Amino acid sequence: MTVKNGHPAKPAASSPLGHAPRGFRGRIDAIAVGNETSGLPEGELERRLIELGFTEGAAIQILHEGAFGRDPIAVRINDATVALRRREAMAILVI
Amino acid sequence: MNVVAATGTRRFALIGTPNSGKTALFNALTGSRQKVANYPGVTVERKSGTLPMPSGRSVSLVDLPGTYSLRARSPDEEVTRDAVLGRLAGETPPDLLVCVADATNLRLSMRLVLELKRVGRPLLLVLNMIDIAHRRGVEIDLERLSAELGVPVITAAAVRRGGTDDLLRRLDELAATDLTAPGEHGWQAPTITELRAAQREADRIIKLAVRMPAKPDNLTTRLDAVLLQPVIGLVILLCILFVMFQAVFSWAQPLMDIISSGFAALGAGVHNSLPDGLLRSFIQDGVISGVGSVVVFLPQILILFLFILLLEDLGYMARAAFLMDRIMGGAGLHGRAFIPLLSSFACAIPGIMATRVIDNPRDRLTTIMVAPLMTCSARIPVYTLIISAFIPNTQVWGLVSLQGLVMFGLYAAGIVSALGVSFLAKYFFWRDNPTPPFMLELPDYKLPQPRSIVIGVIMRAKMFLHRAGTTIFSMMVLIWFLASFPRPPAGATEPAINYSLAAILGHAIEPLLAPIGFNWQISVALIPGMAAREVAVAALGTVYAIEGGKEAAEQIGQALAGKWSLATALALLVWYIFAPQCASTLAVIKRETGSWKWMAITFAYMLALAYLGALITYNVAVALGAG
Repeated sequence: MTVKNGHPAKPAASSPLGHAPRGFRGRIDAIAVGNETSGLPEGELERRLIELGFTEGAAIQILHEGAFGRDPIAVRINDATVALRRREAMAILVI
Repeated sequence: MNVVAATGTRRFALIGTPNSGKTALFNALTGSRQKVANYPGVTVERKSGTLPMPSGRSVSLVDLPGTYSLRARSPDEEVTRDAVLGRLAGETPPDLLVCVADATNLRLSMRLVLELKRVGRPLLLVLNMIDIAHRRGVEIDLERLSAELGVPVITAAAVRRGGTDDLLRRLDELAATDLTAPGEHGWQAPTITELRAAQREADRIIKLAVRMPAKPDNLTTRLDAVLLQPVIGLVILLCILFVMFQAVFSWAQPLMDIISSGFAALGAGVHNSLPDGLLRSFIQDGVISGVGSVVVFLPQILILFLFILLLEDLGYMARAAFLMDRIMGGAGLHGRAFIPLLSSFACAIPGIMATRVIDNPRDRLTTIMVAPLMTCSARIPVYTLIISAFIPNTQVWGLVSLQGLVMFGLYAAGIVSALGVSFLAKYFFWRDNPTPPFMLELPDYKLPQPRSIVIGVIMRAKMFLHRAGTTIFSMMVLIWFLASFPRPPAGATEPAINYSLAAILGHAIEPLLAPIGFNWQISVALIPGMAAREVAVAALGTVYAIEGGKEAAEQIGQALAGKWSLATALALLVWYIFAPQCASTLAVIKRETGSWKWMAITFAYMLALAYLGALITYNVAVALGAG
C-alpha cells in the first residue's frame, strides 16, 4: 500500500485499519462490520464508529499504539484523536 | 401555559459531548450556587444551579451528563435523553437546550446539534473554548454557522474571567422571551443511514463556516509522542501514580491527625460532661467515634479527587485508560476501569461511584465487584498495627525494610487478586458474551481551571460527608448497639463488650474461625469491625481492655505481640486483604447496582477468599514453626 500525502499513488483495494501499522495515513473507504461479534447488538458498533467521526472520506492516521500487541491504537480522524482496539478497527476499511 | 412559564422560574439545560468543556462552563456560570443530588431511582448525579442573571430573573440551569447522541447507551446518557425529551419523571422539561461545543473540535458536536434540532425545543449553541480556537488560528464565521444550522450561536471561554458574560446576557434575553417549543417532539433514534447523513451535513456546514489554520497546533501531538510512547508512557504513568500515592498518604497525614484528635477531644469532652451510662456511651462511642472513624478519611479522599480532577481536566485520564487498556483488558476489565480502581486505593466508596463512567453494564459490574479488593486506606491502621507488632524491623539485602516489603506485598496481593477475580468472572460469568469495545476520544491537553477543580473537590467532599452523616452513621449506631447490649451485670470485672451481643456472636463464630488461627478476642473484634476495617483496631483494644488515648495503637500492638502467635498475625493480615469488612462499601454496592444480589455475591466471594487465604497462611506458617 503506497500512500503519499494522503493520496494513494495508485488505486488500491481497501484494507482494514486494524491491520495498518503505526504512522499509516489514509482515508476511510467504508465501514464494514464483519461477522466477528463485538458484544454489541447489530448495527451498534457501526453507529458508535459514526458517532465518533469515522465516516467515509474522513482523513485518518495512526498516531500511537499500545505497548502490548501494538494494541489499542490512537488515530487522528480529521481534527480529533480517538483511541480504539484493533479488533474494532477491523470494521474500518481504509485506503 | 406560556404566560405562567414566562413569570415562573425558567429551566435551562446544558448538554454537550464529553470533553466539550461543559462542566467547566457550568461551574463558571453557576459557581458555588450549585446543588448535586441524584435523579430519582437511578444513581446518576443531577447537578443544577441558579444563574446570576443581570436582570435578576430566576433561571435554573441543569448540567446533563455528556453524550455524543440521544441514543442512550448508559444510565447517564438515558437521563440526558429523557431530560431533553421531557420524559423524565418528576422533572419539568427544559425551556431551553444550551448545547455546548468545543470550538476547536466541532465535528462531533455539530452532529449532536443537528440531532437536538429534531427534538423541537428552543436551542442555543455555545462555542466554548473560543479563546483556544482563536489562539490556534481557527476562524469561525458565526453568522454563516448560525444560518446553516438554523440555530442561534454564541461564543464563550469558560476558563477566562468574563468569558461567560456574553453568554449570560444572551441567556437572560432568552429567558424573557416566549420559549414555546416550535415543533412537535419528533425525535426517534436515528438509523445508521440517518447518522451518516447527519455527519455528512455537519461536515458540509463546518466546511462552509470554519477555516482551520494552515499549520495546526501540534502541542498535543508532541506531548503524546512522549506520553503515549509505549514504554516511556507507562513509566511516566507509574511516576504520576507514585506521586499521587505519596500525596494521598503523606500529605493527608497531618490533617488526618488533626481530625482524629479533634474527634477524640470531642469524645473526651462528652465523657467528662455526661454521667456514666448509656447516653454517654452512645454519644461518645457510637456517634462521635463512629462518624469520626469515617470522616478521618476526608483529607485522603480530597487529595485523591484533587489529583483525579486535575488529570481529568488536563486530558490525561483518557491517556491513562489508553495505556492501561491492554493490561486491564487481559483481566477482562475496561481501560476506563482504571480510574475507579485507582480511587479505590483511598476508599472503595468513591471508586465504586466512579464506575458510572463505564457505559457497558458488564464491565461496570465487574469493576464494582473487584474494587473493594484494592487496598483502601482503612486497611492501613490494621496493617501497620500488625506489621509493627510482629514483623521485625530488619533490612533485606541492606536496602529495603522488611516491614515496608510486607506492606508492599499486601498492596500487590490486593491488585493481583482484583485482576484475578475479574479474569475469573470474565471466564465463568461472561463466557458467552464477547468483550465489549473500547472506544474513547483523546481530548487535546488543556490547562485545568483552578476554580472548576476547587468546585469539583468541594462537591465530592459534600457528598462524602453527607454519606458519612446518613448511611454510615446508621451502620455505626447498629454496631454500637451490638457492642453495648446487653449491659454488663453489676460488679462485672471484664470490659463491657465481653457481655454484649457482639461477644455472643463472636463466641458463636469462634469455632468457625479457629482453623484460621483466630481466638475469641479477634472473633469479637471482627463484629464491630464490620462497620469499617480500622474500627477493628479500636475494638481489639476494647476487648483486651486497653484504655485508649493517642498512644492506644502502640499499646495494643505490644499487648498483641505477647498474646498472638506469628501465624495468627499473618492469617489476620491475609484475612484483611480480602474480607468484606466494610458495611459502607456493601451499602454503596447495593445502591449502585440496584440489587441485593450483587451485594451478596461480592460479600460471599470476598468472605470465601478471606477464609481460604487465612486458612492456607495459618497452616503453612504453623507448619514452618511460626505457630
